[in-house]
Amino acid sequence: MTWNRKHLLDLQSLRAEEIVHLLDTAREFKAVGERSIKKVPALRGKTVVNLFVEPSTRTRISFELAALRLSADVINFSAEASSLKKGETLKDTARNLEALNADIIILRHGASGAPHFLSRFLGAHVLNAGDGAHEHPTQGLLDVFTIREKKGRVEGLNVTILGDILYSRVARSNLWALTKLGAHVTLCGPPTLVPKAFESFAPNVRVTWNVEEALRGADVINLLRIQHERQRASMFPSTGEYAALFGLNPARMALVKPDALIMHPGPINRGVEIASAIADGPQSVILEQVTNGLAVRMAALYLVHGGRSLQVAG
Amino acid sequence: MTTPLLDAPALRRTLGRMAREIAAANPGTGTPVLVGIQRGGVPVARRLAADLAGILGRPVACGSLDVTFYRDDLDQRAAPTVHPTEIPGDIQGRTVVLVDDVFFTGRTIRAAMDALHEFGRPSRVQLAVVIDRGHRQLPIRPDVVGQELFTTLCQSVLVRCAAGGEGTDDGVFLRESPPAASSKTPATAVSLSHAS
Repeated sequence: MTWNRKHLLDLQSLRAEEIVHLLDTAREFKAVGERSIKKVPALRGKTVVNLFVEPSTRTRISFELAALRLSADVINFSAEASSLKKGETLKDTARNLEALNADIIILRHGASGAPHFLSRFLGAHVLNAGDGAHEHPTQGLLDVFTIREKKGRVEGLNVTILGDILYSRVARSNLWALTKLGAHVTLCGPPTLVPKAFESFAPNVRVTWNVEEALRGADVINLLRIQHERQRASMFPSTGEYAALFGLNPARMALVKPDALIMHPGPINRGVEIASAIADGPQSVILEQVTNGLAVRMAALYLVHGGRSLQVAG
Repeated sequence: MTTPLLDAPALRRTLGRMAREIAAANPGTGTPVLVGIQRGGVPVARRLAADLAGILGRPVACGSLDVTFYRDDLDQRAAPTVHPTEIPGDIQGRTVVLVDDVFFTGRTIRAAMDALHEFGRPSRVQLAVVIDRGHRQLPIRPDVVGQELFTTLCQSVLVRCAAGGEGTDDGVFLRESPPAASSKTPATAVSLSHAS
């Protein structure tokens, strides 16, 4: 197939075949990362701007390295030391970056829909690196990439996403990618953080507040961090209680399939959502997710840059 | 319209002759490494490697190379699909034979040489192609050629070659592409004598 999207804004609007094409492309980029020379000239002479209005270290580094390995020039723009602090609007900031001939703008923003907003008036390609509680498409893609690589398929697998679902853009992007590729998704966590309404997002989505039920027979457990920074009020009494009721510990590991994958988008809170022994255990693929994230982001930059259609995001 | 140029037995004989020419061009102890250019060159390289192994009486390493990222027209097209690159072992100081199905402008080969050198510095790089259809745009020419062919720019050449051994629908075909363009330029295919 031919990729013809100019932007990567969300996974909800991607077709299953587009997701698969991106994952296949990422597989070849992963092979590039295993060579002694890890760089290819695909984006030589192009300028990529990391516009991170909301702080992030791992995603920014991953995107930065991905762009560098494609031979692009990279500018990092963080909100703390920028004109945004002086009252400039996001639109003006983005237009200024475009006036410097930026070819691709990677946006991390606290407001849902911010990348879609930019894509409406920018000539540059826009990549969503996380917008509010809406989506984090490259995280969803790297999670599915890791599952597909380890399990050989996605279709028919039981994937449990455990933790803060309500505030999680990672959960939403995972939900779209997994269900489009035919997985069964179980969402679990405290009732205040896992609304029943998620069941209406897509077919094959189940919500449960019972952690034992969510873990039984699971092929993949994706643990999400409790996002203190995004919660308006405390949604559960204490992290100690969360660990006791929902944390993945050795006793609960007995419920999952013996070859189940343990995933986490990081940063992990040891002893809260995951016990150290499990995070460092043989079933954990947490660090492989980081490696795969680089390949997925290289694929996203490569494909989006080649995307020629004048798609207007609605 | 598609015109068959070589049938399966003729393609097999052509590949056999190309393998003998590769062997003759590489006397001595070092076994060349064959690297097929994605996608059309990969099955051809596998067939040549099998033939060459038979001639030399020892195994011949065979890999694949995707040159997409090294193309000079990457900017002018939708992102092409990327296929696997597998370079067998260390090519440092070895003789590498790049293999492609059709030699046309030479731009793919230029990209392939760039891509190949990311994996090491071969002592020699040679080029083997099934069909040399002319229209070179760069000072690059193949060392081993299955068949030279006069073509117009409105034609395309298709080499169908099963990787695992002779396939029933193997062959080389000439296609007349865009009818609007080909009506202006009379399409004639004249097969030349072998390059050897």
